Amino acid sequence: MAVTARPVHEDTVPEPTAGRRLLDKVFKVRELAVAGVLVVMLLATELSNTEFLSEQGVKDLLLNATILALVATGQAVVVITRNVDLSVGSVLGISAFAAGNYLQGGGSSVLAVLYAVAVGAVFGVLNGALVSLGKVPALVVTLGTLYVVRGIDSIWVGSDQIVAADLPDGFVDFGHDGLWVVPYLALLAVAVLLCVGYYLRSYRSGRDMYALGSSPEAANLAGVPVRKRIMTAYVLCGALAGLAGALYLARFGNVDSATGNGYELTVVSAVVVGGVAFTGGSGTVYGAALGALLLTSINSVLPAIGVSSVWVTAINGILLLLAIAVDRILALRVAAVLRKQAAQMRSARHA
Amino acid sequence: MTHPEPETTPVLALEGVSKSFGAVRALRGVSLRLYAGEAHALAGENGAGKSTLIKALAGVHRPDTGTVLLDGAPVEFHGPADARDAGVAVIYQEPTLFPDLSIAENIFMGRQPRRSLGRVDHRAVKEATAALFARLGVDLDPDQPARGLSIADQQLVEIAKALSFDARVLIMDEPTAALTGSEVARLFGVVTTLREQGAAVLFISHRLEEIFGLCQRVTTLRDGAWVASEPLDGLTEDDLVRRMVGRDLDELYPKQAAEIGEVALSVRRLTREGVFTDVSFEVRRGEIVGLAGLVGAGRSEVARAVFGVDRFDGGEVEVLGRTLKPGAPSLAMHAGLALVPEDRRAQGLVMDMSIERNIGLTGFADTSRAGLMNRRAERSRSLDWSVKLQVKYARLADVVGTLSGGNQQKVVLAKWLATGPQVLIVDEPTRGIDVGTKAEVHRLLSSLAAEGVAVLMISSDLPEILGMADRVLVMHEGRVTAELPRSEVTEESVMAAATGRVA
Ligand SMILES: Nc1ncnc2c1ncn2[C@@H]1O[C@H](COP(=O)(O)OP(=O)(O)OP(=O)(O)O)[C@@H](O)[C@H]1O
Ligand SMILES: [Mg+2]
Repeated sequence: MAVTARPVHEDTVPEPTAGRRLLDKVFKVRELAVAGVLVVMLLATELSNTEFLSEQGVKDLLLNATILALVATGQAVVVITRNVDLSVGSVLGISAFAAGNYLQGGGSSVLAVLYAVAVGAVFGVLNGALVSLGKVPALVVTLGTLYVVRGIDSIWVGSDQIVAADLPDGFVDFGHDGLWVVPYLALLAVAVLLCVGYYLRSYRSGRDMYALGSSPEAANLAGVPVRKRIMTAYVLCGALAGLAGALYLARFGNVDSATGNGYELTVVSAVVVGGVAFTGGSGTVYGAALGALLLTSINSVLPAIGVSSVWVTAINGILLLLAIAVDRILALRVAAVLRKQAAQMRSARHA
Repeated sequence: MTHPEPETTPVLALEGVSKSFGAVRALRGVSLRLYAGEAHALAGENGAGKSTLIKALAGVHRPDTGTVLLDGAPVEFHGPADARDAGVAVIYQEPTLFPDLSIAENIFMGRQPRRSLGRVDHRAVKEATAALFARLGVDLDPDQPARGLSIADQQLVEIAKALSFDARVLIMDEPTAALTGSEVARLFGVVTTLREQGAAVLFISHRLEEIFGLCQRVTTLRDGAWVASEPLDGLTEDDLVRRMVGRDLDELYPKQAAEIGEVALSVRRLTREGVFTDVSFEVRRGEIVGLAGLVGAGRSEVARAVFGVDRFDGGEVEVLGRTLKPGAPSLAMHAGLALVPEDRRAQGLVMDMSIERNIGLTGFADTSRAGLMNRRAERSRSLDWSVKLQVKYARLADVVGTLSGGNQQKVVLAKWLATGPQVLIVDEPTRGIDVGTKAEVHRLLSSLAAEGVAVLMISSDLPEILGMADRVLVMHEGRVTAELPRSEVTEESVMAAATGRVA
């Protein structure tokens, strides 16, 4: 039975029409919009304060954004599956401490990073298991693990503290140096980002994540291994939070029991500002990373143009609301474009 | 009944399968054998257990007792993926698409062609989709997201999905419910080819002529129990109805003569860019006006715009002499307009809410005082209408999502009829409703008209239009191409206008 549709050749694929191309643009515009806002903001700041985009300025900006971008990448994967991981701040804190504790005892830097990633992944397994087996909303489950992990962290760390002096020089240098203005940490984060982005786009299991977030019921009927994919998303998110913990340690050299407190909200904001829909199924990790870059830039821009830093939180909030408004408007525009396109196809067919 | 069955082993079979949901016994010891090269119909009233049987075959439900046999050997499908890997393709009654993903991805989800390193070959996915659509004669853009597709288009995508792989068994649960004649003919052409190439087909439809047109054998279910399996040769439609309902049926189109009164709904030069253009018509009190046309002609879109769900770019709508404010459904309701939408899951019902609350949604004006709801009034109003429309349920407090497809449709009807409208727009009122209840719905529409209600009925079921309408409007590509009085309405005249062969 030749029911399989074999790939046919070019001539059967319609050339993209003008409507199509416009549509493509509208879809991509979400990431472009964030990038645009970012560029405009940085340039404007540079004009009013020429120190801002100095070598050190750019470096600081990238360093600050790196850790948030990493965690946001993992969070984006989870949000795409229509879940959320609120425990990332706690996981970052505990893995940073774990790595520091190990390094204090004279461990190797590479192993310390792997150790932090492993600690993060273990908590990812815990979250994934609770969410996929328990059938309890992820928001509630990970709110629980947020406190549990923070609790374990407090007991373990106690009033201890890790300071840069306890860490090997190589590790601390890794946290500060880079190729010209680009810190090693940022390079690492970009590499991770590209890998995760490529995975989501080009692998069946990556596409499954979008399917799952878009319609869990349809995903089940399409034979998507729902639990397995949710587990993968959480493990990835946990591992990246762990990696971010290690990088945090390298960058700041200072970890205590409050490290990463409240971080989850910043991460979720970055993801949403970057265009990953909270209802799942759409958005990209690139968008989330851009969102992270945008949020951190604001933190640096405001002081640079002389605005008091008390405004930062409010402005972050406004940005979040703006992002949601833009999404809504875009959705309407897309619908209109689709409609026009359908009409064009109809009349073209009967011309 | 002793009718000879083919000597060969069935490709896929059920033996003595039972399945209960709580107290509801959806299937009771049902057996069914699907043979290669044979199209098998499954008949039964709403809630008889047809969809449940299909889900047992597809690995969605695990039977409580009994076995599934693949090539004569017992198998256990642990999920839809297992059944799919065994070569079973299923079109479920309710389209289940991923709204955020492209049509092409929807079709190949989990089975995308791959290139080196296991990467998805997006290009091949798109090309294969375009080829499938060419074969089915569908002109949808593979890159378009599935969000916002009409029910018919969604069903076409589901069909393409089922045909996209080497299926040994093709199972279709009411695939034609929202399709018109030409799409159905196209589908049947493809299915017949597959069958001749040796695929086994299981087909469900409430349109009996389709069963007789496509299938060789039929199995009938009643209340979850097996009634008969027999060849369709030598069987009449009446025989089949008797097996399904257990009694003879009255007339399917009980059209009462009604006095035609003043104009109740008047639509003038309604235009929504890219969707429909210059649509004008009137519906008078006591009149049933049929709105016919092919899938995508813009019929539902006109209905939605008239009711105010969608905005329009030009024109006006008048109900009982009052001009309606565009884009305001609650004002339209107030003016005496009701719209029974085509997509019951997305537009008609709140799937997680109970039957009584769903019906109650349109009645807050009657069932509440000073903003406080009277639950008892809501309950009795809902009970009233559920009984009138013969909704089959265990308790009124049951979640609507667990009802069979046809029964969900009845709840949507109940919800809007309960508002006591002056002008009623029904979009595919009998989609997925069994023959017995179909007659009941027709009787209801007819008696509403006799009471002076103006009815606009959109339907893809041509016999329904022919049987019920006093006047028929036909749309083609967003324009009204013909207006035919009852005396001039024939299948040919409607189809000619619907395909644009006459102006
Ligand atoms: N998930 C579920 N939970 C509870 N009851 C269910 C569920 N699925 C089906 N049922 C019940 O099982 C019975 C059979 O339903 P089924 O959907 O198989 O009917 P059907 O023959 O397909 O009807 P239709 O022609 O209306 O589609 C109905 O009474 C329905 O309410
Ligand atoms: Mg059904």
